[in-house]
Amino acid sequence: MNSLPDQPDPWAFLQSHTSARIARGRTGHSLPTRALLDFQLDHARARDAVYSELERDQLVRQLKTVQEPVLQLHSRAADRQQYLQRPDLGRKLDEQSRVKLSVSGRFDLCLVLSDGLSATAINRHALPVVTRLVEEVRKQGWSLAPLCVVEQGRVAVGDEIAYALKAETVVVLIGERPGLTSPDSLGAYLTFRPEPGLTDESRNCISNIRPEGLPYEAAVQKLLYLLTEMKTRKLSGVQLKDEFDDNLLTH
Amino acid sequence: MAYRCAVRNVTYRFDDLKTLLAKATPLRSGDQLAGVAARTAEERVAAQMALADLPLTTFLTEAVIPYEIDEITRLILDTHDADAFASIRHLTVGDLRNYLLSDEVDARMLTNLQAGLTPEMVAAVSKLMRNQDLITVAAKCEVVTRFRNTIGLKGRFSTRLQPNHPTDDFRGVAASIVDGLFYGSGDAVIGINPATDHVRTVMRLVDMMDQIRQRFDIPTQTCVLSHITTTLQAIEQGAPVDLVFQSIGGTEAVNTSFGVNLALLREGLEAGRSLNRGTVGQNVMYFETGQGSALSANAHHGVDQQTCEVRAYAVARLFEPLLVNTVVGFIGPEYLYNGKQIIRAGLEDHCCGKLLGLPMGVDICYTNHAEADQDDMDTLLTLLGTAGVNFIMGIPGADDVMLHYQSTSFHDALYVRNLCRLRPAPEFEDWLLRMDLINTEGRLLPVKNTHRLLQAAGL
Repeated sequence: MNSLPDQPDPWAFLQSHTSARIARGRTGHSLPTRALLDFQLDHARARDAVYSELERDQLVRQLKTVQEPVLQLHSRAADRQQYLQRPDLGRKLDEQSRVKLSVSGRFDLCLVLSDGLSATAINRHALPVVTRLVEEVRKQGWSLAPLCVVEQGRVAVGDEIAYALKAETVVVLIGERPGLTSPDSLGAYLTFRPEPGLTDESRNCISNIRPEGLPYEAAVQKLLYLLTEMKTRKLSGVQLKDEFDDNLLTH
Repeated sequence: MAYRCAVRNVTYRFDDLKTLLAKATPLRSGDQLAGVAARTAEERVAAQMALADLPLTTFLTEAVIPYEIDEITRLILDTHDADAFASIRHLTVGDLRNYLLSDEVDARMLTNLQAGLTPEMVAAVSKLMRNQDLITVAAKCEVVTRFRNTIGLKGRFSTRLQPNHPTDDFRGVAASIVDGLFYGSGDAVIGINPATDHVRTVMRLVDMMDQIRQRFDIPTQTCVLSHITTTLQAIEQGAPVDLVFQSIGGTEAVNTSFGVNLALLREGLEAGRSLNRGTVGQNVMYFETGQGSALSANAHHGVDQQTCEVRAYAVARLFEPLLVNTVVGFIGPEYLYNGKQIIRAGLEDHCCGKLLGLPMGVDICYTNHAEADQDDMDTLLTLLGTAGVNFIMGIPGADDVMLHYQSTSFHDALYVRNLCRLRPAPEFEDWLLRMDLINTEGRLLPVKNTHRLLQAAGL
């Protein structure tokens, strides 16, 4: 029989106010076994997400039913270990990929999908977001550049791609750094008139896209709102963010 | 000026002081990313040998970042105390290591030496030290600071209670504060990272935490870790601000990227002191630092990340802070790749900060894309407990649900206190006794669900 303490603290009712790991109980000064293993499981899932791989063939096949063509690209980071230590390489395309970008034309929007720090996020959530976003983009009458899938990519790789494809705006959907309870958060980074060398202050970000966080449809609506604002006001980044936040606060 | 070291039949040449320092630095990914690390293990030791033979006076004549372009270099050289330096003036860097580790040198002598040491001297000697040296020297130091309690006394060990919440929800924050207090945490500060840096949000959080503190008469201080300009606005609008927070780095350029400079920090210090809220002391500043910040802002001038970090301590000590916290593993694996690198960096920062006279705490932490886990944090935590760290973080279950990284928990702090026989800050310890939360041996007492702390903030 389990007679040793493996129960929460008397103030466990406070848990309804926060997702923080409060009132876990203790044995001596240590965590009870169950609480310890709950943490280890969450960390294991986050670690697995960092080392997960894009289900590329399946993803490309599904994306082609939404929009063609789909370009398969790779950054200069050869593998995950190099990717983690050399963010500069993840921001640039390798030579073979650059050749694939010689597509003629001008576009309103370029959509880029990249594994980032959680391919799991792309594997789970990219298709429903892209499907709905492309529907809405077509309704707006915006022209769409070829869909791009980048392996071992960082956010800024989207700037190089969209610049080469002559797209006015870029949306990069990318796996975010896994949190302990969110190994599959998808992030979306938006830039107006992207070009190589831009930094974070030129971008707007929508974070934590997943059913338990920001649901798909809400994310798509927010993306459309930001894209419309960018196109109307011809800017993105800090300036747009400040006014967006102020609007939220006054409402 | 170039420096040389011959190893058997190879002569290694190092173009200038910053190159010598960088090549002598124990391996870490950030220096590799910056392209300043030693190319081979042998080159690293050759650099350490050349560094060991370098007279300390070299650091007074050769700057790693030019005096003309960097206000921190100017600060370091203009405030150097020749009298305090006199007793070690004749030493080399290698001699300094021997001196610091010698039986004759104690806490009082190290305190007297502080103003004679420059960050670059301290960084240099740390590069010649093994982990046990970093622990031995740090454990000799005693740096005590005061606001509403006394932090850093020998045999004491404090925690920052970090009750972050993804949306700054009051009841969520209060729930984590109560959880931490029940576990005896929060004597360094109850300090929240706000999810947004708006002055209205910050003021409401400051108010809310001050109410809890006053209601239960807790001898500690509170802080919302907003940008210093936001805190200044909050002070101007009458918020009950205890501590003025700011992230700082070791070059003028990285501080520019943080939106601060020495003049603005001075303004923060004066505004904080003007409120006169400390009861036992007037150390009102709280700084955070971390290796790699200068490189990530492209503001490192070719200086290795550990030397940049120690230069940040020159900024910190100008403002007599209550707390300085190196957030050692937060920045990611491109700067500190794995547990080994994080552990080494944590010990370096703690030792170097203490030598320069700072009340060092360490956020013993990692992100999920680093090659590290809670076992590595246990190791660093235990080492820092023996090294006499002033404070660590206390976060529910070690999991920060707002910043998404893992640090140390309330349980972890209890572990170190019990294992190393360390006690909370004296005023806070008395409060824990009064509240029936610990017994006279410092052990936690069982809590009933009628305890009056549970009346906090409408919970």
